[in-house]
Amino acid sequence: MPLSLEEVRAIAELARIGISDAEAASVQIQLNDIFELIGQMQMVNTEGVEPMSHAQGSALRLRDDEVTETDQRELYQSVAPQHEAGLYLVPKVIE
Amino acid sequence: MLNASLKELSAALGQKKISSFELARLFLERIRRLNGALNAFITVDEGKSLAQARAADVRIARGAAQPLTGIPIAHKDIFLAKDWLTTCGSKMLSNFVGTYDAHVIERFNGAGAVILGKTNMDEFAMGSSSETSFYGPVKNPWDRNCVPGGSSGGSATAIAARMAPAATGTDTGGSIRQPAALSGLSGLKPTYGLVSRYGMIAFASSLDQGGPMARSAEDLALLLNVMAGFDARDSTSVDRDAEDYARNLEKPLSGLRVGVPKEHFGEGLAPDVAQAVETALKELEKLGAKRVAIGLPNSGLSVPAYYVIAPAEASSNLSRFDGVRYGHRAKEYRDLADMYRRTRAEGFGAEVRRRILIGTYVLSHGYYDAYYLKAQKIRRLIAQDFAEAFERCDLIVGPTAPTVAFKLGAKAADPVQMYLNDIYTIPANLAGLPAMSIPCGFGIGNLPVGLHIVGNYFAEAKMLNAAHQYQKATDWHARQPGGL
Repeated sequence: MPLSLEEVRAIAELARIGISDAEAASVQIQLNDIFELIGQMQMVNTEGVEPMSHAQGSALRLRDDEVTETDQRELYQSVAPQHEAGLYLVPKVIE
Repeated sequence: MLNASLKELSAALGQKKISSFELARLFLERIRRLNGALNAFITVDEGKSLAQARAADVRIARGAAQPLTGIPIAHKDIFLAKDWLTTCGSKMLSNFVGTYDAHVIERFNGAGAVILGKTNMDEFAMGSSSETSFYGPVKNPWDRNCVPGGSSGGSATAIAARMAPAATGTDTGGSIRQPAALSGLSGLKPTYGLVSRYGMIAFASSLDQGGPMARSAEDLALLLNVMAGFDARDSTSVDRDAEDYARNLEKPLSGLRVGVPKEHFGEGLAPDVAQAVETALKELEKLGAKRVAIGLPNSGLSVPAYYVIAPAEASSNLSRFDGVRYGHRAKEYRDLADMYRRTRAEGFGAEVRRRILIGTYVLSHGYYDAYYLKAQKIRRLIAQDFAEAFERCDLIVGPTAPTVAFKLGAKAADPVQMYLNDIYTIPANLAGLPAMSIPCGFGIGNLPVGLHIVGNYFAEAKMLNAAHQYQKATDWHARQPGGL
């Protein structure tokens, strides 16, 4: 089922990516081509097949609950677009 | 020195025939001369490289050298290196200076290798041509009107044009092997979990794997010896004993069972590539290998499944680029949501945006089972195909890519055509198996053809053995592009 222009805009909104009307139209065509390719998956019956998330099984390693990192706030914030007094600055969220 | 193997370079350094400083200068000079035309490097910092080279010379003089001490190595710009600009080929990170070293960089630094620079790549490793980089397309030194493959195209071109003796790459769907094939090089994607992903900017975490690119299998073995190893900071890093990947290089191939999957020789494979691969298979037989016909019946579904799984994981991984903690932030915006939308629209190129949109859709409410879960089930079927095949053979051999290098711009407007380039490489990523490409001849336009070798889990030493024996009997890997 091809994606409508409205769906393309809704996906872009979910992904927090601004999209112009002209761009939405060309992206719509490309996405529908790609979903046609993806649709080939439906040709095979996968009933009862165990999904595979990656090659190394699913058990995650646990570590001891102790501090392993040193405080590097200044260093890590040095690459932030805007920061002040150890805080990241963003536009006001609450009026 | 430009054509010396890593072993020869190491010997020359040990015998004081050349210093690490001189060696780094030699390659930096070469980069200065060729990079303008080929665009293989995004960042070169002669001061940093030469300082590392001087330190390596001190270490060599002290008698504390390891096999790669003093050898300059180029790194794909996806690996964070402290104090080095690390862009991932994106405007989004065009101002991002690494605040720490990736595990892979740590390992090379620990071994005394010299960082020669950061190589160009498809933006966030999404592409098969190295054309989607914010820093412009990489050119193939065999024909500058052609792509070098991607996404590790900068690393490939750097080695092919002798601007670096070796390089690192990453491979999510073929991004080490396909550029190796299209650029006449050797490249290895290790078993998933063998090389730590710590500090390697994430694209699709269940598929991403770093690996070496070089001119020969022997060089790859020495590089993998440094790159591989357990790292607790990567939750899928495999904790196993260290091994010497060069230990089996000289073993004869008698009795080796080489599986040839019929699905990889059908429609879509160019006749020139098919012929070179067929000749290579005969050469392997001459070396004592036994050919076994096998099937990988679900391998045709690997591209569709991949284009669900990889974008899904990418849409999640790339949500961190929001203009708050690092990277690009839009100059003007109305409020927080507008800042996100503008930052991400400006910072990401068209292909990255496309993949984020695909991923967002397939993970969205009501579609998860039909797409993501379905793809993960197909992934299992593909892994099972391999498991059955490896009961009958030791290695699986075929073409790496369906054609030789294509012209710049030829597939840029048609994503699906671009995606089909990775039809033979993607299955190994989905299964998590090790796979490599080595040069096996030339096709149309005198452009290199790659031979794809897939091994069972952790069979890297066996694959390198077969590749090395083949390279002792042939000289395709030693050929170099003219006019440089």
